[in-house]
Parts: sequence; C-alpha cells; structure tokens
Amino acid sequence: MKLKSDSLKRFLIDSAVPILFIVISVIAIPLSKFTGLYLVREIVTRLTRDTFLVLSLLLPVMAGMGINFGMVLGAMAGQIGLIFVTDWGIRDVLGLVIAMIISTPIAILLGYFSGGVLNRAKGREMITSMMLGLFISGIYQFFLLYLCGSIIPIKNPKLLLSRGYGIRNAINLDTAGAFDKLLRVKIGGVPVSFGTILIIVAICIFTSWFRKTKLGQDMRAVGQDMGVADSAGIKVEKTRIQSIIISTVLACYGQIIYLQNIGTINTYNGADQAALFAAAALLVGGATVSRATIANAIVGTGLFHLMFIVMPMAGKNLTGSAMLGEYFRMFVSYGVVTIALVLHAWKRQKDKEMDRAQFRVDVKTSK
Amino acid sequence: MSEGNILLKVENVGKQFEGNRVLKDVNFTLKKGEILGLVGENGAGKSTLMKILFGMNVIQETGGYEGNIYLDGEKINFKSPLEALNSGIGMVHQEFSLIPGFTAAENILLNVEKTKPNVISKIFGKRLETIDEKEMKKSAQIAIETLGVDIDPDTLISEMPVGHKQFIEIAREIDREKVKLLVLDEPTAVLTESEAEILLKAMRKLADSGVSIIFISHRLNEIISICDKLVVLRDGVVIVERPTKGVEIRQIAEWMVGRSVEGEKSVHIKNEEDFDDKDIILEVKNLWVDMPGETVRDVNFKVRRGEIFGIGGLAGQGKLGIPNGIMGLFPSGGEVTFNDKNLALNNTYNALKSGLAFVSEDRRGVGLLLDEPIDMNIAFNAMQVHDKFIKKLLGGLIKWCDNKAIKECAEKYIKELDIKCTSEKQKARQLSGGNQQKVCLAKAFALEPTLLFVSEPTRGIDVGAKKLVLDALRRYNEENNTTIIMVSSELEELRSICDRIAIVSEGKVAGILSAKASVTDFGLLMSGIDKLEEEGESNEQN
Repeated sequence: MKLKSDSLKRFLIDSAVPILFIVISVIAIPLSKFTGLYLVREIVTRLTRDTFLVLSLLLPVMAGMGINFGMVLGAMAGQIGLIFVTDWGIRDVLGLVIAMIISTPIAILLGYFSGGVLNRAKGREMITSMMLGLFISGIYQFFLLYLCGSIIPIKNPKLLLSRGYGIRNAINLDTAGAFDKLLRVKIGGVPVSFGTILIIVAICIFTSWFRKTKLGQDMRAVGQDMGVADSAGIKVEKTRIQSIIISTVLACYGQIIYLQNIGTINTYNGADQAALFAAAALLVGGATVSRATIANAIVGTGLFHLMFIVMPMAGKNLTGSAMLGEYFRMFVSYGVVTIALVLHAWKRQKDKEMDRAQFRVDVKTSK
Repeated sequence: MSEGNILLKVENVGKQFEGNRVLKDVNFTLKKGEILGLVGENGAGKSTLMKILFGMNVIQETGGYEGNIYLDGEKINFKSPLEALNSGIGMVHQEFSLIPGFTAAENILLNVEKTKPNVISKIFGKRLETIDEKEMKKSAQIAIETLGVDIDPDTLISEMPVGHKQFIEIAREIDREKVKLLVLDEPTAVLTESEAEILLKAMRKLADSGVSIIFISHRLNEIISICDKLVVLRDGVVIVERPTKGVEIRQIAEWMVGRSVEGEKSVHIKNEEDFDDKDIILEVKNLWVDMPGETVRDVNFKVRRGEIFGIGGLAGQGKLGIPNGIMGLFPSGGEVTFNDKNLALNNTYNALKSGLAFVSEDRRGVGLLLDEPIDMNIAFNAMQVHDKFIKKLLGGLIKWCDNKAIKECAEKYIKELDIKCTSEKQKARQLSGGNQQKVCLAKAFALEPTLLFVSEPTRGIDVGAKKLVLDALRRYNEENNTTIIMVSSELEELRSICDRIAIVSEGKVAGILSAKASVTDFGLLMSGIDKLEEEGESNEQN
C-alpha cells in the first residue's frame, strides 16, 4: 500500500509539467469559445508543421547536452537553402528536396562548429548554445543583408531589397505546401497531410532505430556519465559533436517542413524563435533536460499549441483587448521554459529526498 | 623459481608528488593465478601504486615514476588506462564506474557491445551497426555466472543493491577476454557478509583459471582466508612481503598501523577519574548524515563534559560526516541532545548559537573568508552569531563593527597561537596552510564555545605547525574546560591528545576505546572486526 502511494507520487511528480498545462488548457478552452472542430483542425495542422523540429532536439538530450538551443543554426541553414531554391525558381517537392540538399552541408558544418564549442563548455551547454545561436544569427544576417545580391548572385529581383542587394524581409515560397499537398485527405472536415506525416513517422522510426545502434548506445552512455564512458574507451567529445551535428541537420529539415507549411519566410527573425518554441513544446510534453522521448515530443507539441491557440483568445475574451494576443503567446512560451526548468530542479530535489528516505529504510531494516 | 611463472614484477618503484614522497623502493612479484593481498593504512601508498600500474593520467602529469614494472616479462609503462586494459589489466575501483540508467548487460559490455551489421552501417561505418541484445544478454550471463551469483542481466543498475553493483563491476572486467591481472580495490567494503563470501569464492575460481589478482582490503580476515601472498605497505615502503600461510590478523594489524607499538608516547594529563560518567554534554542517537563520500548511517555515542573525544577511522567510512551533520552542513537526521536540550538538526545558525563551534576540514572552502583580513576572519562568526564586536547605534537600529575590539581580539590570538603574519590586516589567502588553520581555530575560539568540533585539524600542514595546533587545542581544553570532539584520520595524533577515541566503520561506531588501548585494537576496529570475537578465534588457533 505504501509502495503504491509512493509510485503514484513519483508518477505525479514526473508528469507535473504536462498536468499543469492540461489544467490550464481545461480552464482556458471554454473561455476562448472555440469550437471543437476548429481546435482539432488547428492542432492537426500544427502537429504536422512543428513535430519534426521538436524531434530534432531528442538526440542531444540523450547525449546529456540538454536542450540544443543551437538548433537555430540548422534552421538558418534550412532558410538559406529555401531562399536559393526560390531564386532558382524550382517548385514543389523537387524544390524542397533540393533545398534540403543545399542546406545539409551548411548544417553539418554549423553543427560541427557548434559541437566543438559545446565541448568546451561542458555542463553549461544550454546557455552556451543559446548564445551561440544569437552569434551565428549575426553572421547569417550579414550574409543575407550584404553578401547576397552583391557577391553571391541572386537573379530574382523580387527577392532583393530595392537598393539592389540584400534579401527582403519576407519572401513568398514557390514551394509552399509541397509536402502538405501530397496525400492530403479530409477526415471529418479536418484536412490531414499524410505526406508530411509520413516524413515525421520516418524520423520517429529513425530516432528509435538510432537508439539501438552502437553510436546511439555510446551517446546514451556519454549522456549518463562522461567519466565512465571515457574510461571505457568511448570517444566522448566526438560522440557529443556527432549528436549535435545530427540535431542541427534534423533542425534544418524541420525548418524547411515548417516553412513550406507556413508559405512565407520571415527572413531575418524567422529562425530565432524556432528553438524556443521547440524547447517549450518538448518540455510541456513532460521531457526534462536529461530525458526526452518521442512521445514527449508529440504530446508536448500538441499540448503546447493547444495552449498557444487558446490562450490569446481566452485573454482577449477576458480583457476585451485584441492587443493582448501576441503578449500572451510570448508570455506563455517563455513562461513554459522557465516553469519547466524550475520544476525540473524541484523534481531532482524530490528524487534526492526519496532516495534518502529509501536509504533510511535500508538502514532500519538492516538493524 | 622459474621466471616464466611470474606475471607481474615490481622493481624499485618510487613516486613523489611535488617533493612529497609517497612510494619508496617498492618491490614485489606476483605469480600467475595467485592472489596477492595488499594492505596498508590510508595514505600508505596503495592507491598511488595501483595508479602507476594502471597508467592513470595523474602519474604522467606529475612527472612519471621511478623504477620498473614488468608484465609477463615485458617492461611496461602505460600512458593511459586504455593501454593497460588492452594489455590485460582490469581494475575495479572503489567508486562505482557503472552507468546507473543502463542494464547490467549494457554495463558489462560497455563499449564492447555485440553488434549486427545492417544496410546503413555498410555505408556509414561500424558505429551504426545495430546492437544485438540477445548476444549481449548471453555474454553478460556467462560473465555473471562465472562469479557464481544470480543477477538478471536486464536489471537496471540504479535498481540494484550495492552488492550486486560490485559484482557487475567485476563481471565487466572479467568479460574482457585477455584479462590476466585483476586489481580489486576494496571490493568487499560495500558487501554483506554472505555476498563477500560469494565474491571471495569467485576470486578463487578466477585465480584457479589462471588470472592473477591484487586484492586490496582492510578486512584482514578476508586477506588471510583468500590470499596466497601478502604485501604490507606503510608510509610508502613495503614492510612485509610473504606468503599468507601462518600469519595472524593481529600481526598484520601491527605491521599496518604500528610505527611504535613499543614506546608509546601518548601524553595524558587527565585521568579517567577526572570525568563524571553522568555529566554528559552531548548525546548522539541514531544519527544519519547524507554527506557524499562520507555517509553516516547510524551513529550513537555520548561525550562527557570536559573531555577530548576523538573520532577516527578510515577515509570514506563516515567519520567526517558526523560533525558536518550535527553542525547542519549536510542533510541529517536522528537525535542529538546537547546540554540536556534537544538540538535541532539542519540548522547551522542554531547550532552555533547554542554554543557549538566547528573547525572544518575544508579550510579554504568553509573555514575562511580568503580575501578578508585575519582580524575579520577571526571575528566574523562571533559577530554574526553572538553580536560580539558590534557597536549599536540608535538603540540597535544601526549596527556598527567595533574595529578596535576586533583588532584587540585578533592581536591576542595572533600572539597566543603564534600566527605568522605581517599584521592582523593580512589577507587569509596569503597565509600558509598551518597559519590558516590557526586562524580557523582562533575563529572558533572567539565564539567561546562550550563544545568544539575540530575536523582534520592537521591535514596538509607541516610538523611544526601540527604540534602548535594540537597544543593549542589541548590548552584551550584545559583552561576553559571546553569539550572538544576531534575527527582525524591520523590515529597517532588522536591518541596523543584525546581521552577516548571512537572508531567509525561503514557509517557506524565500531567501538569506543580509551586512548591508552593498544594500537592493534584500534587497527582491528578499523578493519571492521569485532575485537573480542577475534581474540577468541586466534586463541583457538594457538
């Protein structure tokens, strides 16, 4: 009996974050006055749009590097690929595939660099990768603002700023919706894009297969204890870099999938928030900075976006001001990351206390 | 004696760390299939010797070692533990090097996993081969069975009792096919008696199959029962190298501890009659402390008013946890009665306020404000806790440091304790270790405690300063009748100043002896052997 209540307690503590979000959503849904069908349609769209990006965060967590905020590097690479494809006028699925092919080497390079930097900042990976994202963002902007159209030829004048060089702030994609249109089926009034979903399923299968490979095993070992892994002869630094490279490349593909769904690129700050939202979604799904599963990613994406849709409307209906919409979005997503990190720390402390209680029991019985 | 049969030969090995000599002229040999018992006190040089053998980086970084080591007739000098592993030396460390979230099988086969090739691995290389769980399980099962225990290879390490973890760790080493020499550093320390027995049997089995074993243990009865050969290290020198046959535990304990079994020099001023067994100042009941590396499990003792009470024992057994726990520096529980009043645990301020003081073993971390001058260091706790050295203005609304009083107090202690410094304004950081320790003592004395905890007061300071520190403690005890509880890993030091000494072993008090008891008795307590029982046994043998 005691044991049962203990394990229930542990389950509740483990899923404190998702429970909190379910509670908030349950309160906010009636306030928002959205219909069920509308909500389902929105959630399905957003699941297909965002899940891939969230999944790209899994491997670094497994390798013990926390949430890879440096995934924005991959997102930038993906955007560069899309901009070139748009310039060359390649359309539809072929355009997206070529964009992926162009951006992959860039993402690998950036991932290698990012992994190298993070190896010098062991134990502080999250904040370092966040700062790294801001730094590379500067280089990315320089590249697009000054080099594109001057040194790097851009043929399509619609992409360029009126001064003759530099990419415009917003670009309409010719490849918009290319993946989504594949195998799109309407189920009960909800359009479901099986094309994109298949890609997501493929990446899920890849991730769970990858966990079972030697490299995946090494990553898990490194993630749990670098010292032990090192003394067993596993190349710790190399393994960590590899996990970041894979994450960056996946983030790059994720961003391409995300943008083809949206249809336009917000050139200069479209990538910035990618990591924040993906991280928030993953954490809402009950993941921690040291443990994240595919289920966490999918549940989290759904839950986070449910909240994302409902909160601004609920806020508006409560206060009567439409201005509050964007405010609520930012508030919610930053809030989520903060709460999840705080709860993670609290959970670790609880775990420690439970271990200690266990230790006391051991002592008592051995007497 | 045939050279061919000798697996390991250690010749004139010596090592010093920055001028501090830890090993000197160490010689011994180990035959194939033999078990060698290596014993010695903390700091005798056992770990350093094993680090040299295993090619740990520390050794290279501090300038290598002297002498030669031959394995299978070949001279070896490993640059890294990996080289040692590859040439067939396996080592099981005192701390677990297992991955808690992995299963037993995964840990046993860490980085030597069985894999199956697949399409992708053919293109991208071996690291993308899939793990073959079935083969892993089989392989792990075989290794576990060799040890003669029954553990499911699918169990997570984090869910295992400590004893099983130890077995997994050993299974990992013997799973490597080429293993010739196995070093086991205190493998039985965490085992229950029956588990230890299984382990000893498994060791015998391994040895019979041709693997040589170096067995480090402070449980001397195990050494006697299992080892073919015995090497005793003391202060970095081999005292004894001989077959175990015919050796008695008492004798080993003497070799291990006794630098001066005859000519004891403990200077006691107080006699037992000076103490009133009813006048208990501190009573500790069922104390547990969660201090990493120094876990206290269940400690009970009573301290009489005015005595110097010593707490000794080997490193990692929990002696340091006791003062740290009572003073509230680490989470603790149990019942502590001080001056007939219940002392709330986990509350450092309260402990200080009620008249306890603590000189921490972590001088530079906990003990001192390194960038503050000496006088501030001395006065700091007294100011915080007892509002001493403070001028009150406006009826206590504004509190002001009384710099004059602080200066006077500092000057007094600098003179009394002979702190070598330019002035009382010198920064604590600039002082030598011994003088820093004296400042720590002055800081505790300034609190005018009724009971003073002193933890490892002489660690890392030179002989002259040691004597001064110990004299200061004894004098303070005599002049103010302050009860002192002193924790130290140096038994000699405890015996020279304390009235009674408790020996802590495996998180519990193994026994409390008068400081006049023989060194051997202390050695036996440290080895976790019940003294009386042991004597009975050796009498029978005689």
